[in-house]
Amino acid sequence: MTTVPAVALVGISKRFGAIVANDGVDLVLSRGTVHAVMGENGAGKSTLMSILFGLVSPDSGNIFVDGKPTTFSGPLDAISSGLGMVHQHFRLFESMTVAENVVYGAEPRRNGLVNRKAAHDRVRELSARYGLDVDPGAVVGTLSVGTQQRVEIFKALHRDARILILDEPTAVLTPGEVTSLFAVIRRAADAGTTVVLVTHKINEVLSVSDEVTVLRDGRVTGRFQRADATSAKLVHAMTGREVTPVANSGSGSVGAAVLRVNNLTVVDHHTVRVTDVSVDVRAGEIVGIAGVSGNGQHELVEAILGTRRALSGTIELLGRDIGAASVRDRRALGLAVIPEDRRGEGSAVQLSTAENLTLGHHRTAPVGASRGLRRGWISLRAERARARDLIAEYDVRTSGEQLPVGSLSGGNAQKVVIARELSHNAPLLIAEQPTQGVDVGAIEAIHGRLLDYRATGGAILLVSHEITELLALADRILVMYAGRIFAEFSRSEATTARIGAAMAGAQAETDIPTEASRL
Amino acid sequence: MNVFEWGFVAAVLLAATPILYSSLAGALSSQVGVFNIALEGQMLWGAFAAVAGSFYTGSAWAGVLIAVVTTALFSVTLAVGSARWGADPIVIAIGTNLFALGITGFLMRVLFDVSGTFSPRGLQGLDKMSFLAEIPVLGPVFAGQTALVPLAFVFIVVIGLWLKLTPSGLRLRGVGEHPEAASSLGIKVASYQMWVTIAGGALCGIAGAQLSLGNVTVFTENMTAGRGWIAVAAVMLVMGRPLWLPVACLGFGAAEALGFRLQGIGAPQQLTDAAPYAITIAVLVGMRMWVTARNRRPSLSAQPVPLPSQPESTS
Repeated sequence: MTTVPAVALVGISKRFGAIVANDGVDLVLSRGTVHAVMGENGAGKSTLMSILFGLVSPDSGNIFVDGKPTTFSGPLDAISSGLGMVHQHFRLFESMTVAENVVYGAEPRRNGLVNRKAAHDRVRELSARYGLDVDPGAVVGTLSVGTQQRVEIFKALHRDARILILDEPTAVLTPGEVTSLFAVIRRAADAGTTVVLVTHKINEVLSVSDEVTVLRDGRVTGRFQRADATSAKLVHAMTGREVTPVANSGSGSVGAAVLRVNNLTVVDHHTVRVTDVSVDVRAGEIVGIAGVSGNGQHELVEAILGTRRALSGTIELLGRDIGAASVRDRRALGLAVIPEDRRGEGSAVQLSTAENLTLGHHRTAPVGASRGLRRGWISLRAERARARDLIAEYDVRTSGEQLPVGSLSGGNAQKVVIARELSHNAPLLIAEQPTQGVDVGAIEAIHGRLLDYRATGGAILLVSHEITELLALADRILVMYAGRIFAEFSRSEATTARIGAAMAGAQAETDIPTEASRL
Repeated sequence: MNVFEWGFVAAVLLAATPILYSSLAGALSSQVGVFNIALEGQMLWGAFAAVAGSFYTGSAWAGVLIAVVTTALFSVTLAVGSARWGADPIVIAIGTNLFALGITGFLMRVLFDVSGTFSPRGLQGLDKMSFLAEIPVLGPVFAGQTALVPLAFVFIVVIGLWLKLTPSGLRLRGVGEHPEAASSLGIKVASYQMWVTIAGGALCGIAGAQLSLGNVTVFTENMTAGRGWIAVAAVMLVMGRPLWLPVACLGFGAAEALGFRLQGIGAPQQLTDAAPYAITIAVLVGMRMWVTARNRRPSLSAQPVPLPSQPESTS
């Protein structure tokens, strides 16, 4: 007996202008399985999922739900056909309760009013069925990201979704939360729900998926059952080549302290964000800061950069107290920054690549001048020449230095930021999430750059949510939790399990969920 | 309590009522994510339409009805322009305010051949609730008021509860807080925004009618005199939550009523007229300073960031 797949996408093509996002893609989702859709950024995953969820209509190709040809004119059609989607960026009403969010738009009623009791009961019932612990009366804005994600999943399940699409669901979770999410995914699949997991993380695919479809450049480049999927095969299908991960060899000489942060405390919005943090970074050393987003890492970086005033504590750069110095003075003294928010802080997306590379270099030769007649002017010829050199040196894939940075892919835009910051040759580099939203090939290139910088005596403070990135690059790893340095590991002591446990605030190693070590 | 003090309460209510209605319109708009600063112009149109309606029909209540209907129509530009066509509501609202000022002055000349003030003999004002006169407390406070004054509080309570308790109220709040989330759950965001803005126009019609047929029985050019802007300030002060509006509006009403009393004891009129606006600015700036200071300083109760991965307590 052949079973009819829950959903089949056949020959889907979609182009946006000159860009072919999907080119004859087939995707078959068997009922009750976890199906991973993999690919680098720009491979066409998002477009394919938007088509599946009715947000975008394909140029050609067919959608079959339960074997019946279907067209979606909007997400409502998809929802009524039994699809549910958990977006990477949550779509929640933060001022409302969990129950209100879950039932919004499909409310249980009594006498024309929202039946609060029924709504709460519904959340408790879903909680019990999927083993997710959520208080229906809690206000969503006060919940952790992991719990907010559960609310998103409940929203889909409340509407009886039989096919659940999860878009990069683990990007914001701690390893412990990832483990419990995967348990929920498994339980849902065993209960007959079809789960689509959109991801670019290979370990997730290998640990939870039954089937995998890999996309590259809008085409399917690999289909695997779990049994015959290996890390090497998946990488090859995703990138079309072998990628050898670079890693810190641990060798090299460490010099004097470049950055000294002592007992720093930072307050924002009535909340102590950074509590009594002390960090030293020495020349030729990469110090990693691990932690779940929102545990004070960003405020620590802002205080060092000077965009935020610290309440107390001292910051020394190259032996000078910079606590009261302006951002410009700090940078002039020897500080370069790769900001977390590439589009908002790291680059001016409407300016050209050349102009972006000039930012911060506009007062110094060759583009600008600090004195004389040319002071206050920019040499456009020097700007172009410098931009071409850096584009070549950093392998930025662009068809011209005059194109706006906003038109580049995430990885290439990040290379522009990195080229600009590293070309300061500053003694200290602060790199915040340097490979966020960057594809596998570009990640390796960026990691190589950071290691080269270290080898030439640069000091790096590396803030990352990715444990694998920290393990690959850092000489020491500090874990921030609730605004404090919660744990410190040397290179030899650091393991995924230990860091993951500290990120979750677990005091002793006995608190580590054993599954976490598999990730 | 003597009569004089109840008289002051009555004066506060009288001054606050037009602001209550128009700020309720503003609060509803802010709940669907439309920042409505056309309240001033809509209220001015409402005041004119009420007087004109009462003049032609000979009935004050017909005047109110005409004000409600025509002000709702008057707000269609803002509603359709911003919600359906995606124009900037601020720009449309500024246009609305300027247009209202011009058109009411123009129509006064064309229709009634007067300028400045229109107060024909026999113009019907709204009836006062004089049947309450003999009742203690209620008498001195409400006997000299129109039925629209207590009705404002009924509106606020009913609309406040509707937002909190009904499915449509829940959806409406969601539209303003996160329009993408609402539309991804099948809510027609633009039509919520449109109909709420039009309903707000109707409320501004009542506000205008109370002003020109309740507080007085006359239409004068630019008679709203900034009350719509005070309503905008009230909306911002309570962050769009209708049930808090009475607190803000009665505060402004008290400032205006106090101004009249100070005039009585010889304070210069220009100074007392400025009092409600000065108080508005002081309250808004003061609140902002308080919020900013609270954010910057650690208080004794300051807590570290919430522990992110601790499971939330279940009740």
